[in-house]
Amino acid sequence: MSGFLALLRRDLMLAVREGSALGTALGFYLMVVAMLPLGLGPDLKLLSRIAPGVLWIALLLAALLSLPRMFEADHEDGSLEVMATAPLPLELAVAAKALAHWISTGIPLALMAPILGLMLNLELALTPALVATMLAGTPAVSFLGSIGAALTLKARRGGLLLALLVLPLYVPTLIFGISTIGFASVGQDGFAASLLVLMAVSVASIAVAPVAAAAALRLQVS
Amino acid sequence: MSPMQTLTQRLANPTRFMAFSGAILPWMAVASALLIAYAMYLVFFVAPPDYQQGETVKIMYIHVPSAWLALGGYAIIALSSFGLLVFRHPLADVSAKAAAPIGAAFTLAALITGALWGKPMWGTYWVWDARLTSMLMLFFLYLGLIALRSSLEDEALASKLTAVLALVGVSILPIIKFSVDWWNTLHQPSTGFTSSVDASMRTPLLISAAGFLLLFIALHLKAMQNEIMRRRVKAMRVAEVERGDRLMSAGAE
Repeated sequence: MSGFLALLRRDLMLAVREGSALGTALGFYLMVVAMLPLGLGPDLKLLSRIAPGVLWIALLLAALLSLPRMFEADHEDGSLEVMATAPLPLELAVAAKALAHWISTGIPLALMAPILGLMLNLELALTPALVATMLAGTPAVSFLGSIGAALTLKARRGGLLLALLVLPLYVPTLIFGISTIGFASVGQDGFAASLLVLMAVSVASIAVAPVAAAAALRLQVS
Repeated sequence: MSPMQTLTQRLANPTRFMAFSGAILPWMAVASALLIAYAMYLVFFVAPPDYQQGETVKIMYIHVPSAWLALGGYAIIALSSFGLLVFRHPLADVSAKAAAPIGAAFTLAALITGALWGKPMWGTYWVWDARLTSMLMLFFLYLGLIALRSSLEDEALASKLTAVLALVGVSILPIIKFSVDWWNTLHQPSTGFTSSVDASMRTPLLISAAGFLLLFIALHLKAMQNEIMRRRVKAMRVAEVERGDRLMSAGAE
């Protein structure tokens, strides 16, 4: 377990000290959300109606942007090979890196969503539900993303390919994220059930993704 | 050859596979053509129009088998990927690689016939109904498999990584299906073999499905043969280049 925590700490520290990756993701998030009204027109009623969907999809795109970096730097400087041969199972190492990605990218993006919600005239009463779904759903984004990042490590046009591979995997997360907000907005009692299913999707991703990503990495470092 | 060997073990030898598939392929192709032709005859001259949908129901005889084979193709890829990663079966990768474009083509056929059927029935080519959307996601997964394989230069690595992706896809496909069903449902539920489809329609449908299944198998076997041939040509070319290199270095000394 100490190896897991050490790796998590190292990745978080790298994320903080590099800084630029998070800034880029947040800036991209802001930019996509700001471009949308320019394309759709400034009708506040329309924007308010589509705000949850826009915020969720832009969040997925922003997270996608930062995924290729998950293993790239470690692959280039050889630390990935050290991790593959270390006593800590590679599955746990991948889990630590995905968790670090969630903490350093997923949580900040989720916390930025309410501010962008203001720009889209999202009802204030929905903001807690929005943040709750994003905090519950972004682990799936990071963990499923780790599979894509591992598979495209050596691929040509890796970033583009990553989007093609990973976006279909995000469908359940997106659907349950939006439907949970939908239940909150009409005040139905399906809210809790929908949020629980969203969490279940995240938990399932946490269980499956490290195994798949580690298998993909092992094929490439040995 | 010991009698204890199973069929998959015996066919693991590519030469034996080539002989076996070469022997059955013409029969498959002819049977497939005959069955599809007979099914089309039944569809256009015998089967009655639907009391609600009229003549457009004839699209069903292509749409439904295509959709079944779209799923079947992914099942073949998933099984082959499992065979490659777990048993290192030498033909498993050939099978997975050959099935991907065929499965993608049947998925596309199901989507296009669905769109053509949707226009008279629902008034629009595309509706975001749950089954259509699930099929679209399946199509995306197929595209992902093909794109990942084509973007890696090392073929052995590409095979294994694609197999990992295929297994991830097959484990997440039910969740995608479930979530999309939750999201929206408009499509008529699958009737399959149940008695709600009258025998006058079910028989042509089953014959058509059998014909398409044989077509799929024939295409798959042919694509596997092509892939084996391609690998042989490549191996021969590499051997030739190496021989040339040796001759060159021998001459230089």
